Order: sequence, then structure tokens, then C-alpha cells
Amino acid sequence: MKVEAKLEFQPSTEPKIGADLLINLLIKEGVDTIFGYPGGAVLPIYDGIYRAKGRINHILFRHEQGMIHAAEGYARITGKPGVVIATSGPGATNLVTGITDAMMDSLPLVIFTGQVARSVIGTDAFQEADVMAITTPITKHNYQVQDITDLPRIVKEAFHIASTGRPGPVLVDVPKDISASILDSDVPEDACIDLPGYQPTLKPNPLQIRKLADTLEKASRPVILSGAGVLHAHASDELTAFAEKHQLPVVNTLLGLGTFPADSPLSLGMGGMHGTYAANMALYECDLLINFGARFDDRLTGNLKHFAPNAKVAHIDIDPAEIGKNVPTQIPIVADAKEALKELLSQTNASPEHGSWLEKLTNYKQEYPLWYKLDPSGMSPQWLIEAIHKATKGEAIVATDVGQHQMWAAQYYTFNRPHRWITSGGLGTMGFGFPAAIGAQVASPESTVVAIVGDAGFQMTLQELSVIYEQNLPVKIFIVNNGALGMVRQWQELLHGNRISESILGSQPNFVKLAESYGIRGQRIDTQEDLIASLPELIAYDGPLLVDCRVMQQEKVFPMMAPGKGLHELIGVKPI
Amino acid sequence: MKRIITLTVRDRSGVLNRVTGLLQRRQFNIASISVGPTETEGVSKMTLVVEVEDEQRLEQVTKQLNKQIDVLKVSDITDKAIVVRELALIKVSSSAQLRSEINGIIDPFRALIIDVSKDSLAVQITGRPDKIDALIELLRPYGIKEIARTGLTAFQRGHQPQVNDIPSYTLLK
Repeated sequence: MKVEAKLEFQPSTEPKIGADLLINLLIKEGVDTIFGYPGGAVLPIYDGIYRAKGRINHILFRHEQGMIHAAEGYARITGKPGVVIATSGPGATNLVTGITDAMMDSLPLVIFTGQVARSVIGTDAFQEADVMAITTPITKHNYQVQDITDLPRIVKEAFHIASTGRPGPVLVDVPKDISASILDSDVPEDACIDLPGYQPTLKPNPLQIRKLADTLEKASRPVILSGAGVLHAHASDELTAFAEKHQLPVVNTLLGLGTFPADSPLSLGMGGMHGTYAANMALYECDLLINFGARFDDRLTGNLKHFAPNAKVAHIDIDPAEIGKNVPTQIPIVADAKEALKELLSQTNASPEHGSWLEKLTNYKQEYPLWYKLDPSGMSPQWLIEAIHKATKGEAIVATDVGQHQMWAAQYYTFNRPHRWITSGGLGTMGFGFPAAIGAQVASPESTVVAIVGDAGFQMTLQELSVIYEQNLPVKIFIVNNGALGMVRQWQELLHGNRISESILGSQPNFVKLAESYGIRGQRIDTQEDLIASLPELIAYDGPLLVDCRVMQQEKVFPMMAPGKGLHELIGVKPI
Repeated sequence: MKRIITLTVRDRSGVLNRVTGLLQRRQFNIASISVGPTETEGVSKMTLVVEVEDEQRLEQVTKQLNKQIDVLKVSDITDKAIVVRELALIKVSSSAQLRSEINGIIDPFRALIIDVSKDSLAVQITGRPDKIDALIELLRPYGIKEIARTGLTAFQRGHQPQVNDIPSYTLLK
């Protein structure tokens, strides 16, 4: 009797612990969803989550890699930091790929990892890993909480650092004795940010803006390159207004797709390794390149010797270290893209006279459009993407994995507005697409979310099928199934003497049955006719769905700029 | 080229690792590094000597260092009017007979003998790295048993000459 009475009594007398403070701080930061996985060192934090039910939503994933990619998808759609909680040791090390991915693609994340108690840190305790050392090079900043009274400041700083300037992941390592510590009533929840070494520059230097405006006025072959910085700054409208005001052609980077409407006559599409001929030739032949928020990644530039060889380069970036890192820059402008574009729009300079340049680029677009051949007996992957585009009216949120299907999605699922496109650009993380789509669906429950994935990458994180079933998230998974590591196979065929080494998947699960075993509807599609017949119903289906689309194995992504080549050396620009 | 870069950093755990890790990851060679507290509590100063190929790489290293949250200020002071010092301890083989001869060598360098044993003596020298190098070369014929150097530390002189007065030589080779 005595014991029972104690149990009944317990919840109300339980003292407030460090974890309760942490959850309160998260709620104060506006966090609505936690992507998490419990474990020994975060048990106190999960006590806090238990007690905060109804005030904050926690989604239990099936692997830490899945949940951090979901947090990335969430961050990409909302612009808010995705919040992740994992335990110490293996929980934390399983996050490493996702943290690096977010670092490379500048996605705001705030990650909380459990850590063994302070008294045993450094003793190789059970599930101890040196998470601070492991994540120092892959985070924008990281913290280990040494004193519970520091927690309010650290949480505030973590959210501030993650979401301002050039966004990125911030990790907070929380020793178990800190999250379990019983709080004195006088631990204040309010704290001031104390970051004297962190002051991102937002406003552009007016002299540099004037210089750019004057240079633009005199340019005869100007082009805009629009990258993900425009997304982070929510500056698509300003970019579009600026391009239209001066009739400037626009090239998008892979991550910048959607920052400029693809159906505009000024849009040249994506540039780079699998970019359009018109986009790449515009970058090659231009005399003024205005880069808004792109980092001149090697997959965009190709051989730097041949990148915009005759151009003056203006680079607008919030991260000064990106300016001049890869490409010599005559007009550097450290600023938020929106602030810079507003200033540029207020300049009174005349537009450049570049009618013949626009004509030339339009000719390129007409002469060398993207092309593919239909597969008479089966389904060509590019056609599949176009069909999905049509069925979703180009309005879906599209998340992709990495490889051929990613490039086809980038080429053929054209976007007219921003924050619809989620892909792993910098790190090129297989297994990213499906969980990222889950995060996007969480962020935007009303949107149609399509995960376009390859058969190989999907198998790296497919365990999260449980999550979309459990949460009834109507993510539509389209597996572009060619039975191969398609991009590896393509490179082996074209660049490695057709030595197809370990890139064909000898066996595969029955994806339909796999989906069904998770309680999810699955469907296999083998031909175009099948897809045409069922696609409208599949897209309209109100629930999670997996579609196994069988496509040609031999198909390759074109055009292609081989490694070491320049933008003007594309192969496969014309039907072979 | 070798450059002297000074950093003021917040005195927080892991900050040295952040700086050296960054340099390693981005393939910059550290020739020497010294760290110590400053006049402000909670703020430390690091003096780095790094080997960089060209101006563009130099710009990149300073920008990357600046991006670190715990780094407050980064200055490349190589071309400024600066005071540079390094301290070295040199243990030289020496019998009693040679002691005065060695004393004669180190005296012009304003170095000191700070320890003597039966068959060796320890010399302390403070100065610019080239001065220390010169003394080491002079002592080498006697047999150097051990050298410990602090790495250089530096700051700007109280008065900076106008741009056109700056001499074109550098303190580093």
C-alpha cells in the first residue's frame, strides 16, 4: 500500500530538472517539432519530453541518419532550424553524415546530443564518444554544457548562430548529469547572447553596389547566377524583379533551383556538370557574371581555367570566405542577398544594351534543349519525371536522393517558386531524399510531397517507412528503379573504359511487398501506359505511398561536363 | 611565404583545436604557434606562423579563421611595424674547459647560461627567430644535445609608420 501511494504521488512532487529547462527553452525558441531518438544518455531529456506532451511534438525515427535528414528537409522548407535529439556515442556518430550534409548546404539545424556524465567524460565510458572533436569541423559551432546555468545562453546562441548569417548546424552536447540535475529555483530562463566574435554583415557596402550598377550598365553580355543564398535570404521576388528590370538572363545552381521562375524567358535553367547548354555557354561567354549566393562549387564551374574566362565577376555572399575562394572576384559584396538586391533595385542606372546577347542565348535554348529518347517498351526516367511534374502541376515539394534520378529531377521537374526543392548538393548524400521528404511533409502538411529516389539510395534509409505509416504522412515515394548505382555505372561506362565494377545491384527487395509490410500502399509500374493510367490517382491518394518505377538501366544523364573539362566542353548536347 | 598571423580568441575549451583543426583541414602548414593570456580576462592571444603559397590562400586562411565563433580578431601583421620575439633553450655539450669559450660566443647575443652540469650547459636566448638560428649555428660545433623553442610571439609597435616608410624586407625568411 505504501509503495502504491508513493507511485501515485510521484509525478506532482518530481522536482524540475535540467531537461525540463531545456524543453522550456526549446518551446521559447518556437520549436514545434523534435526529430529524435532516445538512449541512455538522453533519458533525462526524454523525461522532459514526456512531461511536455502536448506542448511540443516529438517524432521518433528509426535511425539517427534518417531523422537528421528529416530535420534538414524541415529546415529547407520552413527556413527555421530543424531540431534533433540523439543519445551519446553511436547516437551522435550516426548523425555525422547529416551534420556534414547540413554544413555543406548551409542548412540551419540545432542538434542536442547526450553525453556521459561529466565525472566519467574522458574515461572511455559506455557509449562515450568525443562528439565535440568529431563535430568541430562539420558544425558552424558546437558547445558542451558544463554548467546548467549556462544552458539558457547556450540554447539561445545555438539558435541564433544556426539561423543567422550563413546558416548551418550547431551542436549542443549535454552531459547526462546536467540534464538530470535538479534545478535550483533561481536558475533564470532568460539569458543574453554573448557572441562578440560573431557579427554577420547584412548590409552591402554602397560603393560596391554603385560599382556593380555602373559595371552592369556598360556590360554587353551580363548573366546572373542564382544560388541557395537567395533562398536563405527569401530574396526570390527581388531577384526576379532585378532580372526583369534589366532583362538579365539567369542561371540557377542545383540548390538555387526555384529562386527564379523556370518558365521565364530569361531563365536558362541549371548550370554545371549536367546543366543546360544555354546556361553553361552563358557562364562561359559572359562579360559580367553576377553571382547571388552561390559558392562556385566545382560541379558548377568545371575546370576553373575555362570558367567565365572573359568576365568581370561580381559576387554577393553573406559569407566573406566564399568570395574569391575559387574564382577571382572584381566586385566583392559581402551582404545578405535580399539587402543587396534591394540596393541594386534602387540604383538609377540604365539597363545594359545586350539585345544581341539575349538573342544568342535564346538561340542556344532553341538549338540545344534538353533531350531524351522515349523507351518504346518500358519507361524512360526523364519521361517519368516530366509525368510527375505534369501530374503535380509543378507545385509539389520534391525531395531527391543523389545520382542520376537527382539530375533528371533537377532538369525536368522545373520550379517556378522557391522552397519546393530539397536535394543534397554539396555532400551528395545517398539516403538523403526519402527522410528529407518526411521532414518537408511535417513542415508543410498540406503540400504534396514527392520523394524521387533511386533504388540504391532508398535502401540506405528505408527504415523510415515506419515513420510515415505511424504519423500518416502522405509522402509519395517514386523509386526511379534501374537496378543499378546509375551515376556510378554511367561514369564507369563513359570514363572508366566500360568497366562496370560493383555498380549493378544483383538483388533487390520486392519494394511493393516491402512497403506493404510497413503498412504502406505499394505499386509497381513498368511501362509508360501503366503510369499514365494510374498517376493521377496515385498523386491524389491521401496517404503514404511507394511507387516502384522500372526504368531503363542504360540511360545516361546528358548533357555532361566530364571532370577536368570546361563549361564549353559539354558532351551529349544533341541527341546521339 | 611565411606569414605572422595573430588571433585574439575567447579563452574557451577547444579553441586551440578549432584553430589548428581548421588549418589542417584546409591544408595550411603551421610553422609555429604560441598561445597565452592577454590583458583582458577571458581573452587569449595566439601567434601563428603559417606557410602559404600566395595572396589568395592568405586571404582564405584569414577569412576562415575569422569565421570561427570564438575568434574575435585576426590580423596578418607580417608587413606591419612589429616586435617579434621567441625564446629558445639550448643544451650544449661542454666540458669545464670550454665553458668560457662558449660564454664568449653567446655574450654578443645577450644570451644567458641558466644551467651547468659536468658535461653540458643550458643557454637561454630571446630574440627574433633569425638571431636564435644564428646562435644555434655557432653552437652546433660543440654538440647540441637538446633544443626547445617557444615559437614566436609578436605584436604591433606603438607607432606605425606611414605606408611609404614601411621597409620592404621581412622579418621572416
